[in-house]
Amino acid sequence: MAHADTHALHAADHHDDHKPHGIGRWLFATNHKDIGTMYMVFALIMFFIGGAMAMVIRLELFKPGMQFVDPGFYNSLVTSHALVMIFGAVMPAFVGLANWMIPLQIGAPDMALPRMNNYSFWILPFAFTLLLSSFFTAGGGPAGGWTLYPPLSLQAGDSFPLTIFAIHMMGASSIMGAINVIVTIMNMRAPGMTLLKLPLFCWTWLITAYLLIAVMPVLAGAVTMLLTDHYFGTSFFNPAGGGDPVMFQHIFWFFGHPEVYILILPAFGIVSEIIPTFSRKPLFGYDAMVYATASIAFLSFIVWAHHMFTVGMPLAGQMFFMMSTMLIAVPTGVKVFNWTTTMWKGSLSFEPPMLFALAFLFLFTIGGFSGLMLAIAPADYQYQDTYFVVAHFHYVLVPGAVFAIMAGVYYWLPKWTGHMYSMTLAKWHFWVSTISVNVLFFPQHFLGLAGMPRRIPDYNVQFTDWNMVSSIGGFVFGLSQLLFVAVIIQSARGGPKATAKVWDAEPLGLEWTVPSPAPYHSFSDAPEVH
Amino acid sequence: MLNRKVATVMTSLAAAAPTLAYESTYNLPVGATDVSARVYGLHMMMFWVCIAIAIVVFGVMIYSIVKFRRSKGAVADQTLLHSTKVEIVWTLIPVLILIATAIPAARTLIVMEDTRNSELSIKVTGYQWKWHYEYIGKGVNFYSSLAADSNEARQLKSGIDPHGVKDYLLNVDNPVVVPVNTKIRVLLTGNDVIHSWWVPDFAVKKDAIPGFINEAWFKSNKVGRFTGQCTELCGRDHGFMPIVVEVRSKEDFAKWLADKQAAAKAATSGEVAPTATAMTTPAAATTAAL
Ligand SMILES: [Cu+2]
Repeated sequence: MAHADTHALHAADHHDDHKPHGIGRWLFATNHKDIGTMYMVFALIMFFIGGAMAMVIRLELFKPGMQFVDPGFYNSLVTSHALVMIFGAVMPAFVGLANWMIPLQIGAPDMALPRMNNYSFWILPFAFTLLLSSFFTAGGGPAGGWTLYPPLSLQAGDSFPLTIFAIHMMGASSIMGAINVIVTIMNMRAPGMTLLKLPLFCWTWLITAYLLIAVMPVLAGAVTMLLTDHYFGTSFFNPAGGGDPVMFQHIFWFFGHPEVYILILPAFGIVSEIIPTFSRKPLFGYDAMVYATASIAFLSFIVWAHHMFTVGMPLAGQMFFMMSTMLIAVPTGVKVFNWTTTMWKGSLSFEPPMLFALAFLFLFTIGGFSGLMLAIAPADYQYQDTYFVVAHFHYVLVPGAVFAIMAGVYYWLPKWTGHMYSMTLAKWHFWVSTISVNVLFFPQHFLGLAGMPRRIPDYNVQFTDWNMVSSIGGFVFGLSQLLFVAVIIQSARGGPKATAKVWDAEPLGLEWTVPSPAPYHSFSDAPEVH
Repeated sequence: MLNRKVATVMTSLAAAAPTLAYESTYNLPVGATDVSARVYGLHMMMFWVCIAIAIVVFGVMIYSIVKFRRSKGAVADQTLLHSTKVEIVWTLIPVLILIATAIPAARTLIVMEDTRNSELSIKVTGYQWKWHYEYIGKGVNFYSSLAADSNEARQLKSGIDPHGVKDYLLNVDNPVVVPVNTKIRVLLTGNDVIHSWWVPDFAVKKDAIPGFINEAWFKSNKVGRFTGQCTELCGRDHGFMPIVVEVRSKEDFAKWLADKQAAAKAATSGEVAPTATAMTTPAAATTAAL
């Protein structure tokens, strides 16, 4: 009896460091850090696969004339680039960060549902194997655009069912991840951590998780209707059978617009963590930030048809969607003003996470400006489906969401690995990426305004100059991401020991109270929050 | 010698002049219609609003980055946590700016949607990958496809330099011809998948959707050649179905229409419409049509 007790105590002492060994540690992983790591590595691999597709696109667009790829294959690249980047890179990267950081930030030992956590990750490699293998089927990969508009998407060959099932799997994975986030945050917060003391990264993720649960089934429904239209003779979207192809667009964008915020709200959370740390000052207007995030999430459900002003909606409908879309600028503005005021009268230093957060602040705002212009329905008639739109959403997704992810990785990497990384190398990554991303995407505003439609593999000679500039920016941006990988590998392998606080600042949050690297099981005893 | 050179330049300038489309390589065109000019105005208004906001917001950000550096000894003011007054101000000011911009936008939208009192209706049907135009009630209809020289040059590894092709990818075999200063109603539908008919100089972009008919209109104030492209991904050759609209004087248009009507009549009456027939009948047809 006594012996057993000692043994149990002994085991408990070493419990924090006990890790399963071999491939089983990853295949049967239930530890939030292991699963978080797998998500992040997966997202990085997908970022390079999607990036390689973008490189081929920019290569073909380098000059007028068709030099490298067939137009049909070009459409497959455009379609898969979007699906891979959205569902394979950005979303899994956010889920990976959530896995790593939410238990650490709320003082919990792990995620609430570890087994489901394992499923939600392991679905993804299969989903993307299915999606990417469709390139080798008769007719090639999916080529109807990531928006899958019928009737065009129904003309696909054997890639069609593979794409649909891959999307179903991605959706199931997202929903499981979202349930896990909600249950964890709602039930496993440390004593004393009320909802309005929750770190903003957790807040934005909580709201994102509700968005995911609300809209992923809508996407699943839409693609299932495509599937039955294609194989089982239904006519949801087939006008010859009494269906309506525009109805698909309404359903798709009812998913698609909240999806846009799914891709950016966690980024807001990351930036809201980093700017106060390196301004050495608490976030300005915490409550307003939470309410602004919630308002953006609510508004995201009533603006969807601004993606489809040209489909021939009634005047009243266009008016409504124009006005509601413009309204989103208000809470988004509140956020930008709060971040700016956080820096006001601060004591700023510019470590790599802060540099990326600042680039986010400027460049996301530029994406916000073009978004405001796109909201103006009469002007949108000129912008719709041109490179102006391509520039807009790449500004909010690349120097927006992707830079925020990189900022988060640079912020928390020493906490994960226990090692500081080379600040010089990370700053090189920052400067080359930030300059090249603007060279890549800014000229696309000009191309769109001057009349270049999106999703075309070739163009009139008047568009040559800006396309060349954009392509050069693209190649540099693509290559510079190898620096990111180099920093991560270096930090994982070794380097100067990181302290618990990591940064020469007083970062707020429970994650900075545990040693670096964070123990395998985060908080066996719940900390008190005052 | 010099004279000949000047003459060549003059001729090429004259040839280029009618192509009013795409006057800028970095901004929207003012265009050829009142609506396109209004849309251009809205676009520039929004642009300057954004620039004004950017100057203020980026100004404060840059000032903070320069002024409040720890390396310069800045000490953080820990008391600056929130201010209800400031939060209300920066919520209300954007609301006022948005209302001020929404009003002219709404007015323009109402004008764009008003397709009443048109003088000529053209039904436009999108096909994979060409356009079909039908002059409603006039007995004229035809397909409009990418010009043969562009089509040859755009083949994979064709080896033809696009710079040497006239209006590469923005040229068709049969352009749409319309009269100047006339309200033209465009009725759009798709035959197979969704296409979208865009002519930037008219600020007209509307989807051509199978099973449905969409409406748009334009009234060009200028004579000239205006180009556009399909703007809804419609499959393999989506990038290769341009639009060319030729706006002509009312007289020239009437003559063109009469020619087309005569050719159509000749074709339906069973004759293998020889060029001669088409060439000789217009006079009679014109009088008949007018
Ligand atoms: Cu088309």
